[in-house]
Amino acid sequence: MSATGIGAPVRRKEDHRFITGQGRYTDDINRPGQAHAYFLRSPHAHATLKKIDTKAAAAMPGVLGIYTGDDLAADKVGGLICGWMIHSKDGSPMKAGPHPALAQGKVRYVGDHIAVVVAETLAQARDAAEAIVVDYGVLPAVTDTASAAKAKTQVHAEAPDNTVFNWHLGDKAATDAAFKAAKHVTKLDIVNNRLVPNPMEPRAAVGDYDQGEGAFTLYTTSQNPHVARLVLSAFIGIAPENKLRVIAPDVGGGFGSKIFIYAEETVCVWAAKKVGRPVKWTSDRTEAFLSDAHGRDHVTHAELAMDADGKMLGMRVHTTANLGAYLSTFSSSVPTYLYAPLLSGQYDIPAIYCEVDAVYTNTAPVDAYRGAGRPEATFVVERLVEVAARQLGKDPAKFRTQNFVRKFPHQTPVIMMYDTGNYSASLKKALETIDYKGFAKRRRDSARNGKLRGIGFSAYIEACGIAPSAAVGSLGAGVGLWESAEVRVNPIGTIEVLTGSHSHGQGHETTFAQLVSDRLGVPLENVSIVHGDTDKVQMGMGTYGSRSGAVGMSAIFKAIDKVIAKGKKVAAYVLEADEADIDFKDGNFSVKGTDRKLDFGSCALQAYVAHKFNGQDLEPGLKEGAFYDPTNFTFPAGVHICELEIDPDTGVTRIERWAAVDDFGNVINPMIVEGQVHGGIAQGVGQALLEGARYNADGQLVTASFMDYCMPRADDLPSFEVGMTVTPCPSNPLGIKGCGEAGAIAAPPAVINAITDALGHEDIAMPATPQAVWRAAQKTLSRMAAE
Amino acid sequence: MANLSMTVNGKAVTANVDPRTLLVQFLRENLRLTGTHVGCDTSQCGACVVHLDGKAVKSCTTLALSCEGASVTTIEGLANGGALHPMQEAFREHHGLQCGFCTPGMIMAAVDIVNRRGNSLDEKTIREDLEGNICRCTGYHNIVKAIASGAEAMGKGAAPARQAAE
Ligand code: FES
Ligand code: FES
Repeated sequence: MSATGIGAPVRRKEDHRFITGQGRYTDDINRPGQAHAYFLRSPHAHATLKKIDTKAAAAMPGVLGIYTGDDLAADKVGGLICGWMIHSKDGSPMKAGPHPALAQGKVRYVGDHIAVVVAETLAQARDAAEAIVVDYGVLPAVTDTASAAKAKTQVHAEAPDNTVFNWHLGDKAATDAAFKAAKHVTKLDIVNNRLVPNPMEPRAAVGDYDQGEGAFTLYTTSQNPHVARLVLSAFIGIAPENKLRVIAPDVGGGFGSKIFIYAEETVCVWAAKKVGRPVKWTSDRTEAFLSDAHGRDHVTHAELAMDADGKMLGMRVHTTANLGAYLSTFSSSVPTYLYAPLLSGQYDIPAIYCEVDAVYTNTAPVDAYRGAGRPEATFVVERLVEVAARQLGKDPAKFRTQNFVRKFPHQTPVIMMYDTGNYSASLKKALETIDYKGFAKRRRDSARNGKLRGIGFSAYIEACGIAPSAAVGSLGAGVGLWESAEVRVNPIGTIEVLTGSHSHGQGHETTFAQLVSDRLGVPLENVSIVHGDTDKVQMGMGTYGSRSGAVGMSAIFKAIDKVIAKGKKVAAYVLEADEADIDFKDGNFSVKGTDRKLDFGSCALQAYVAHKFNGQDLEPGLKEGAFYDPTNFTFPAGVHICELEIDPDTGVTRIERWAAVDDFGNVINPMIVEGQVHGGIAQGVGQALLEGARYNADGQLVTASFMDYCMPRADDLPSFEVGMTVTPCPSNPLGIKGCGEAGAIAAPPAVINAITDALGHEDIAMPATPQAVWRAAQKTLSRMAAE
Repeated sequence: MANLSMTVNGKAVTANVDPRTLLVQFLRENLRLTGTHVGCDTSQCGACVVHLDGKAVKSCTTLALSCEGASVTTIEGLANGGALHPMQEAFREHHGLQCGFCTPGMIMAAVDIVNRRGNSLDEKTIREDLEGNICRCTGYHNIVKAIASGAEAMGKGAAPARQAAE
């Protein structure tokens, strides 16, 4: 392994600009003549818009334009779309209500967009928005997930019973039979709490229109600028693709929430032409809480059937998933194909049946948030398994081992074909890391200090590298999920790699360069990664679902293969040898069995000067592109163990130790991978202990700032002990599985399993705040007193 | 509008500003020093931390006019010419950043912790003193390591560049 090649903990190339304040985020961009947009948002969760009077507002100082849904409709600007079609059990397509970028006739959640004011300054735009008079016909709101289908209020006329779809997966008859044959059944009711993603950079957009060219440019906080351009062109109809450039510069975190195409960027880019000026909008934090797509929000009943020995026989799950007031871009895929296919976990379960009812409510749209469906599935599986072990009186580690999948490939009853893994190896290493043997003593020590200590396991699996295009197409996706790459070798051997992946914290500029440096034998500093601009990179599908390594880098790998193949042709001419006799190794083309060689940079120069070959026989230049379509999902898996201590007097839970052992397949940069694990665990711990988005019965979001919504802070968390096991992924050339979401998937059940272990009962929900834990601990104490 | 003059990163600046202008707006919009970020509107996240006369403040809750005559250091002024400040170097070395959005505020807060508490910082102190800064990416693990190491390096090296600038 070289110091900068595959497997080396190379320090990040992108860091210099971030640590010196030279990052370039969307809000840092200012265009000449730029005006500012402010959105008038609904203060009501559900209301008809009887009249919107903008007359007084339009006369306010600095106002350049005020637009409503009618103006968008008059310009034939289409509504926002959901790009994944789900069919109900009965074969009917999901019931998608209209989703105009600015409301038409009705608002459906607090924060819904009523009008935009464009003015010289933001303060002027805001003042004018306050002068818009809206006559609302306030309607009752529906906010509760579990009862939405029974509510009298209807969010969309198109969706009776507020039901988007009643979907299912698996073999019901086989599962029912498994339950009949079972000796033991564990049942659990589970709420997966609603979360707000909260990347630290709020969303922003700058729309610009070039009148001479008739072309738009949109700078925006996107994880997938090409998908944004595709949707804005093909569906919303802003402009054809060749007249719309989308640039996602430095993006300050996404976690899913910046995948989607929102109203604000749509309106900004359209309004730039309307007012003839660049238009900028930057979300403030409260707007982010109100209008960024939220995550999770499931209500589930789950059952696990086992034989007398504790061998798992079947699993039955019913989930109600809240999708909010409108179907966001990929919302429908999250509680369906990103959820139910993961219900087999790491276990050999012969029969699984899952039903999912998706509902509309008067709340912000819900879509993918770090893990997207897989954390919800893992929480169901790992809570069920832990409780089953307790009920059977079995050690949770041994019970898991007993039921682990051991032979690969393994076909689960819910679509997935696990390609490889070694689940026992990760568990064993995690048990050693946490010193499982010493836990009983540590628990006694805690008890002596009046504290309750618990240990909780989470053996998670996820499906990443999404995914073979034909497979996702057959499941309802509106797009293919390949990735593209172009490797441009310059005449003196420096390299630009254009990738359709997008980095918003993942460090692609470093890891992707490591791959190129490793394979082409060029110094790391000679490689630049270009991403996030539809004028530079032809097409791409972006970054989410831990796909940039497995899919994005595989595309680069494939393009590098082509560069090497072309280089061999050039070298054959220069070295006057047969092409078949040319080897490429460590940055040199050489003739087999001789000492004649040509270094990579010289080969590039020869390719461009084209003196040594006839341009009719071989094209000059050295630039190759590739599209890589995955052949399977990838299956990162691992075991996280959380050990914590509860103070029953205060309800405060302190995480004492955290062992994470993950199998991500081959790793390019272990430093970056560990960083991804740390961040994921923190978000998962946030879900388990601190975070919860709450709407009241009127549909007001009562947790709409960092004062009310508890974000994990440094002193809420311990340092983590992170380790790895490796089974290389057989389905891509680099053997990579993906690591971006693992921590967020693994952590919540580990925490709750540890808390319930400490408490000695299962009566606690997420977030397990000090108040909730204190209440639960009183129950524990009174039981202990009774014994 | 009101007249304002202060020193920012060692340079004298004067401007005529709306009295409502916040320090962060003045830095970002008037001076185009966009390294100082805004991550919230309730003074909770610390993305906006700068040094005002040598002490960390949240520039999102500081009126620009209240800084009349003061000396402000932002992330752009922390490095001494080409040489990174030891705390910047430590964040890079220990992978204390991912998306980089919280980073300027984190680094400015970290230098302030060292100024207040010295060069030998234990994990507990660092975690408690980071109470005013949120990072959504790193889980804080590497930020804590970076600050401990940066603090030590600040003790070994010359006086922090920041003090030279102020
Ligand atoms: S911007 Fe969040 S504290 Fe200043
Ligand atoms: S590095 Fe992204 S918020 Fe801290």
